[in-house]
Amino acid sequence: MMHRFANPTRFVRLADRMLPWLFIVTLGSFAVGLYMALITSPPDYQQGDSVRIMYVHAPSAWMGLFGYMVLAGASFASLVWRHPLADAAAKASAPIGAAFTGLALLTGSLWGQPMWGTWWVWDARLTSMLVLFFLYLGYMALWSAIEDRQKASKAAAILALVGAINVPIIKFSVDWWNTLHQPASIMRQGGPSMDSAMLWPLGIMFVAFNAYYAMVLMWRIKAELAARKIETLRYNQAARQEGPAARQEGPAARQEGQAVLEEGS
Amino acid sequence: MPLVTKGPKPSQRKRRRLVMILSAMAVLALAAGLVLRALNDNLVFFMAPSDIQAGKIEPGRQFRLGGLVAENSVTKAADGLTIQFIVTDLVNETPVRFRGLLPDLFREGQGVIAEGRLDESGTFVATSVLAKHDEKYMPPEVAEALRKSGKWEEGSAGGDSP
Repeated sequence: MMHRFANPTRFVRLADRMLPWLFIVTLGSFAVGLYMALITSPPDYQQGDSVRIMYVHAPSAWMGLFGYMVLAGASFASLVWRHPLADAAAKASAPIGAAFTGLALLTGSLWGQPMWGTWWVWDARLTSMLVLFFLYLGYMALWSAIEDRQKASKAAAILALVGAINVPIIKFSVDWWNTLHQPASIMRQGGPSMDSAMLWPLGIMFVAFNAYYAMVLMWRIKAELAARKIETLRYNQAARQEGPAARQEGPAARQEGQAVLEEGS
Repeated sequence: MPLVTKGPKPSQRKRRRLVMILSAMAVLALAAGLVLRALNDNLVFFMAPSDIQAGKIEPGRQFRLGGLVAENSVTKAADGLTIQFIVTDLVNETPVRFRGLLPDLFREGQGVIAEGRLDESGTFVATSVLAKHDEKYMPPEVAEALRKSGKWEEGSAGGDSP
């Protein structure tokens, strides 16, 4: 069943059908969400207009976490079922998630200065979020440090799974320990502790960020699959010139690429 | 490697990989849980006045004190810079002295985290004061309406988790 939905060709066909819609949803929800967040939503009773940073900060932090969950889930599938699409999805998710995590850290710092009185503190939430950022960087560095694609994919996937332990720590850090960062406002017991006049723009911003993530993820997976196809074609061309002997001794990566090609044709 | 043809069947190898990875992750989660448990006291960003009362802090040690600024407790000294206030966790209280700039959110009833140490008289001499805001967001009119209708829970406004 896994393979039915995870077939690269079927994925590309599905992505091509969905991408225009995702583009429209992203553009529309960003326009409406930003307009509401920056202009029509009310200031906060404590924080005044500084609260508007939240409309970017909270969805960024969420996408940083979500991107990592996708990365870890795809890495798991790649390790267990060795599926090339899972592998491409994990690799594609990393830079997007890293960018959102960086954005969350940056906007959080800009928000912390006027509200808390400091750009940065080493409390459990902020520190675990910084660790998430470094995990993303380490994951990407590992991919580019190892030449052989299969080895790189395996090493990076193991790193991603080890780092997955950080996800629940980030989420519950504000409940388990005393932190300067406030506890969750949306995903909490007893429902959101936010007035609906602010919850609506925030919700639309969440839709915008999620649609953007899905769109860029699909683009990147398509690009990754295409790059692998090219790599395989090049390899086959070179092998043909060198003669049949070299073809048979080719590394496993070539044969895996061959499998992608055949599925794609 | 999926291309090796000797040994167990591919489906068996997949199941073995699945079991191996899942058990490795379970062990890792357990290890991380134990480490975090052991580090618990060091991961706490601040101490409450009750922790001081319970004797958790050796005298002269630098630490962070967190809690709510007690109502009507903020006084300014004659020099106009030093301020004194009381930090409470609604059970115990600690007097705080601070000389310097306060963040915008600092006010009575609001959560604060002060860094410094206790002097001989039991007053906390702070070198920095940070404001902590809670997880509640609402427009000013809604807050006003809640206060008027008496539905406002004072104390929880600072929202410090224990």
